Amino acid sequence: MSSNSLFRGKNVSDVEAEDITRVEELAYELKVGEVMTPDPATVAPETPMSEVLELFRQKRISGAPVVENNELVGLVSIEDLLRCLQKSDLDAETGSYMSRKVLTIRETDPVIEGLKQFVSSHFGRLPVINSSGKLCGMLTKGDITRGILKAMQRDYQEEEVRRYRASHLFEDIESDRSSLILRYNISQGDFTHGGAASSAIKRALLRLGANPQIARRVGIAVYEAEMNLIIHTNNGGIIRVEIEPKQISINISDDGPGIQDVNMALRPGFSTATEKVRELGFGAGMGLVNIQRCVDSMRLESVYSRGTNLRLKIFLPNEESVGERTKETQEEKR
Amino acid sequence: MNVKELISLIDGHLYNDSADLTREVLGGCGADLMSDVLTSIQPEAVLLTGLCNPQVVRTSVMADVAAIILVRGKTPPHETIKLAEQERIALISSPFGMFELCGRLYAAGLQSLERPVDGSDCNCE
Repeated sequence: MSSNSLFRGKNVSDVEAEDITRVEELAYELKVGEVMTPDPATVAPETPMSEVLELFRQKRISGAPVVENNELVGLVSIEDLLRCLQKSDLDAETGSYMSRKVLTIRETDPVIEGLKQFVSSHFGRLPVINSSGKLCGMLTKGDITRGILKAMQRDYQEEEVRRYRASHLFEDIESDRSSLILRYNISQGDFTHGGAASSAIKRALLRLGANPQIARRVGIAVYEAEMNLIIHTNNGGIIRVEIEPKQISINISDDGPGIQDVNMALRPGFSTATEKVRELGFGAGMGLVNIQRCVDSMRLESVYSRGTNLRLKIFLPNEESVGERTKETQEEKR
Repeated sequence: MNVKELISLIDGHLYNDSADLTREVLGGCGADLMSDVLTSIQPEAVLLTGLCNPQVVRTSVMADVAAIILVRGKTPPHETIKLAEQERIALISSPFGMFELCGRLYAAGLQSLERPVDGSDCNCE
């Protein structure tokens, strides 16, 4: 690891930060206890070396801690076993071949500490000690590699798999016009969950392969509309999003009270919001104006005392689409 | 500047462990009106605000905000922290006021990520 100097001070410059890989980050984040082999096989000082040979062979290991009265007293490794075999001395006790000078590492140390010890000591394995000073595991370079790989998989796999599946959604379905419809019921006055539907829609679009700008525009437009349902309706309403490869159509509808003067409602700064709503940071009379900014077309229909219907459309630029791969890769397929 | 450096610059307290401290902050935006944030903020900004309800986090997710700073040492309610934890967006509280914080961040090289909005839109009297 060439970047031992990283993280030593508090601040890392932008240039340095660019060079930090996820692996290096994980070496600091992961704890020895998360990657070690727990409850390792142990031997006693009086165990004959022939048994050590058998243990190594059966468990396919190359070293074991030596424990006496629950205390770690040494480490016996394949190198010790070789010395013993050279002298044909397999009946000897482990105590006479083991190394007594043992470096240990704490369960709570970051993995980077283990790596440093491996580099500076040439040892192949380190006994791991828990908070009460007792042996609780063994750490090898292999454990560290496996632990980091596992953590990286955990990081990326879930979201990758979801994105991969969703981004190909429309490809193998044949129809003259395929679309995916998402529906969300929004409750009046439910400020705690306000925005949950918009979050879900934005996430869905990103998984479907929409570019972040499109997802952001849809997210903001739907969020404003969702808050309107929560703030202004009698009984909440429904958000319906229809996703097609080249366009996204959003329909937000409720059953009242309706807007008295639609032209007035579209004027920036006009608001009928209560003080409570304003305290939440909404009700500045910019909602519909902001929605209009984010979409390619907007139609607002409302009948006072009956309900309101807001239709929004966003068209995807030529070279982009959701739910299918780009044209070139599709043509290659054919 | 990344989120970790940002926190040390403002004596900040981070409320959620799930936040990515290496996320780069490209600039800043200060507002208490969420509609204003949604109208003008550009992606990957730090949002400075005096509001601390869950809507601040929702708004930030929609607007691709890199980190949220609650000014004047505000303590957010549990739902706000929970949502920030879930959405993995850094929720930070700082003892300083809005003006002081904007000044500190600007002086440290963060540019404004508030898009100028055409005044003709506004009908305030």
